[in-house]
Amino acid sequence: MSAYLLFIILTLILTCFYYIAKKRSLLLVDGDIKKLHSLPTHYGWAAGINSFIPGFIILAIWTISKDNLINKLLISQLETESASLPTFELNALLSNIKNYIANGTGDESLAVYAEYYRNVSEKIAWSFFLAAIGVSCISGYYTLYKMSPTVNSRNHIETIIKMMLLAFSVIAIITTIGIVFSLLFESIRFFDQVSITEFVFGIKWSPQTAIRIDQVGSSGAFGAVPLFMGTMLITVIAMLIAGPIGLLSAIYMAEFANKKVRKIAKPLLEILAGIPTVVYGFIAALVVAPFIRDTGALFGLEIASESALAAGIVMGVMIIPLISSLSDDVISVVPQSLREGSLGLGATQTETILKVILPSALPGVVGALLLATSRAIGETMIVVMAAGMAANLTINPLEAVTTVTVQIVALLTGDQEFASSKTLSAFALGLALFFTTLALNAIALIIVKKYREQYD
Amino acid sequence: MTDTSDNDQAITRVIWHSDEQKNRLKSRYRKEKIFKFFAVSSLAAAMAALVVVLGSIIITGSSGFIETRIEMDIFLDKAVLGDLPTDDRQEYEKQVAGANINRILVSSLQREFPDVTKRSDVFELLRLFSVGAQTDIRDVILKDPSVIGKTIPINLLASSNVDMLIKGNISRDVAENDRKISDQQIAWIDKLNNDGKVTQGFNWSFFVSGDSREPELAGIWSATIGSFLTLLVTFLIAFPIGVGSAIYLEEFAPKNRITDLIEININNLAAVPSIIFGLLGLAIFINYINLPRSAPLVGGLTLALMTLPTIIITARAALKAVPPSIKEAAIGLGASHMQTVFHHVLPLSMPGILTGSIIGMAQALGETAPLIMIGMVAFIVDTPGSIMEASTALPVQVYLWADSPERGFLEKTSAAIMVLLAFLIIMNGLAIWLRQKFEKKW
Repeated sequence: MSAYLLFIILTLILTCFYYIAKKRSLLLVDGDIKKLHSLPTHYGWAAGINSFIPGFIILAIWTISKDNLINKLLISQLETESASLPTFELNALLSNIKNYIANGTGDESLAVYAEYYRNVSEKIAWSFFLAAIGVSCISGYYTLYKMSPTVNSRNHIETIIKMMLLAFSVIAIITTIGIVFSLLFESIRFFDQVSITEFVFGIKWSPQTAIRIDQVGSSGAFGAVPLFMGTMLITVIAMLIAGPIGLLSAIYMAEFANKKVRKIAKPLLEILAGIPTVVYGFIAALVVAPFIRDTGALFGLEIASESALAAGIVMGVMIIPLISSLSDDVISVVPQSLREGSLGLGATQTETILKVILPSALPGVVGALLLATSRAIGETMIVVMAAGMAANLTINPLEAVTTVTVQIVALLTGDQEFASSKTLSAFALGLALFFTTLALNAIALIIVKKYREQYD
Repeated sequence: MTDTSDNDQAITRVIWHSDEQKNRLKSRYRKEKIFKFFAVSSLAAAMAALVVVLGSIIITGSSGFIETRIEMDIFLDKAVLGDLPTDDRQEYEKQVAGANINRILVSSLQREFPDVTKRSDVFELLRLFSVGAQTDIRDVILKDPSVIGKTIPINLLASSNVDMLIKGNISRDVAENDRKISDQQIAWIDKLNNDGKVTQGFNWSFFVSGDSREPELAGIWSATIGSFLTLLVTFLIAFPIGVGSAIYLEEFAPKNRITDLIEININNLAAVPSIIFGLLGLAIFINYINLPRSAPLVGGLTLALMTLPTIIITARAALKAVPPSIKEAAIGLGASHMQTVFHHVLPLSMPGILTGSIIGMAQALGETAPLIMIGMVAFIVDTPGSIMEASTALPVQVYLWADSPERGFLEKTSAAIMVLLAFLIIMNGLAIWLRQKFEKKW
C-alpha cells in the first residue's frame, strides 16, 4: 500500500464529493440559485475539502511515523538481551534486518524478524489505509448531511484557503528554524569532540583525522582562526575594490550622468550582477591570478598562483553592482530640496554631493556596505576556485589563504562518514558563517529602514 | 533690528574679484573636475571589468564549439569484423557493438603510414585520434552494412591534443617534453594537414553528449537536462508557495507581531549565503529524510528554499501595485475579499509576479555552491531520466571542467559558460519582455 495510491484515492473521493455536493445544493432549493447562501461550487468545495483533510492528515501521520512505529514493534519482538543493547548497535541490528528483508541476504537467524516485519508492516499499512478512506468518507458525508441553503460554505472554504496561505508564509520561518537547528544540532555534536575554545581561538587548522589511531598526527586540529582571518582578508580586499568603485559609480549615475548614459550603464551593471559566481571564479583562476603572478614576477615578487589578492579583486568586481544599485537607491531618496538649497547657495556639484547628499544618505550607504560585506563573507565559488586550501595565518594578500566557505566545500565533498569530526566541523563553520551574515544583514536592514523613514 | 545691522557690520566684506578669491574658485572647480573624473573612471572600471569577464570567456570559449576531424581511408576488414548477420537488425547492432574496431583502425593506419612498425610508434599514431573515432567507424558500419569489406574514407574525430595543436593552443616552440604532443606526432599531423585530410567543423556533439574524461567527447547535454529538472522542481515548489505567502502577507495578514516576524525573516533569508542553504539541504533532505544524494529533487528543493524570498518579495511588490479602486469595485459588487484577490488582484499582478519569478529562477540556474553541498558534483555521463536519478547541473559542470588539468577542457569550460549565459540572457530577456508587454501603468 503506497502513500501515492492512498493520495490518489483521497483525491478521487474529493472529486466525488465535490460533484455530489454541487448537484445537491441546487436540488435543495429546486434550482433556484438565489435562495442559496453561497454558490454551488462553494458547497462542492466545502464537501470535497472536508472529506480530503482528515484523510490527508492520517496519510501524513502514517508517512511520518511509519518507520518509527515498525522499529518499535520490531524492538519489542527482539530477545531481551538484544533489546538492552546500546542504541547504535540496536540500529545496526535493525538495518541488518531491513537489509535482509530488502535483499534476502544476511544472517539466516534474521528470517524470523523479517517474517514478523512483513506481517506487521502489511497490517499497519492496511489499517491506516482503511482508516484514512473511512474517515474521509464519513467527514464528507457529514458535510453533505448538514448542508442547507443557509449554511455559509463560502466563508468555510475561504477560511481554509486563508489557513493554507498562512501555512505557506510560515514556511519561511520554518526554513530559518531548519537552518538554525540543523546547524546547531551538528555543531553540538562537533563540540562534543572538539572543545569550543579550540575551535574559536585555535590557530592551527588541519581537519585530516587519521584512519588508524596510531597514525602520525592522528588528532586533526580544528582551530578556525586562520579561516576567519582568510575570510576577513579577502573580504577587506573585495570591499576596498567594490566600496569606492560601487559608491562612485552610483554617485556618477545619480548626480552627474544624463539620462542616456544612465539608460546604458544601469543594465550593463545589472549584467555584471547577473553573471553566475562560478563564472567569476573561473575568471579569477584563468585571467586574474596568472596576471597578478606575472606582474609580481616582473617586479621580482614571488606571488602564489592562488593568492588572496586575485580572489579578492574578482569578488570586489562581483559586488560592485550590489553596492552601486543599493547606494543609487539611497542617493535618489535624498530630497531634491536639499540639492537645490545647496546649489542655490553657490556650492559646486561636488561640494553638494560630498557635504550635503552623502552625509544625509550616509546611513543608507553604510547599510549597503554592510550588506555587501555579508555577501562577500558568504561568497563561495570564487574563493573555492581562486583561493587556496592552505590554512595560512597571514595578512599578506600575496599569499594563499583559505576561507570558511572553501573549507565547508572541501570538508563535505567526496565520500566520508557523516559522524566524523571532520564532516561535523563543516557545520560548525556554517553556524559561524550564518550568524555572522545574519548579524550584518539585521544591522544593515535596521539602518536602511530607519533611514527610509527619515525622508518618508 | 539694530542687532542684525550690527552683525552685518561685523562680517568682513569679501572682495569676490580679488586674486585670493579667484584662486579659491579655481581650486574649487579643480576639485569638481577631479571628483567627476574619479566618478567617471569608477563607472568605466566597472564596465571594463564586464568587458574583461565577457571578453575572456568569448575568446577562450568560441573555439570550444569547433572540433577537429581527420579523414582516413578505413578498410573495413571482413576478417576482423567477422560474419555479421545483416538481415537481423538487433543481432547485427549487438555484434557491431562488440566488434574489434580498434584493430581495424590500427591496420588502416599502418597502410597509410607503412613506415611505422614499432609497437610504441603505432600507439603514438593511434593517439592522434580520439576514443570517439571508434564510434565514428561503428556508426558508418551500422548505417550501411554494404560497406563491410570495402575501403572507404571516414572522417574521424581527432584527439584533444591534436585539436589544441590545430587551434594553436599548443605551441610548437616549447620543448618536446613540455608539451603533450611529440615531434613525431606533429610531423604526422603536418603531413595529413598538407594532404587536406584535417578539417574543422561545428561541434554538434558538444550539445548532445554527456560528460566525459576526454575533452573532445565531453558535452553539456546531461548537465543541461539536470539543470532543467532541478529548475522544474524549484519552480513547482517555490512558485505556488511564494505567491501564496505573498498573497497572505499583502492581503490578509493582520498587523501583529507574527506578521512582522515573518517579514523580517523573509528579508533576512534573502541575504543568507547560498552555501548555508546547501548545508540545510544536506542535513535535512539527505541525512534526515534520506532522499537520494545528487538527485535533482534534492537540488530543486534546496534551490526552492533559496529562491522563495526573492519570489515573495517581488510578488508582494506586484500585488501592491494593483490600485485599490479595482479591489473596492469588486468588493462593492458583493465579492468576498478572497474572490477579489483571486479573480481580480492576482490576474492583474500576474505579469509582475512572473517577471520576478523568472528572475529568481535565473538566479537559481546560476547557483553552484548549494548543489555542490548536496553532492551534485559527481562525474555523471548518463542523462538523468527522472528527478530521483543522480545528475549534475550546468554551473556545476563548469566548476568540474574548470578543475580539470587537461588543456582541452579550458575551452569547453568557457563554451559551457557561454551556453549558461545564453540561457540566463534568454530568461532575463523573457522577464523584460513580459514586463514591457503586460505591465499596466495605473
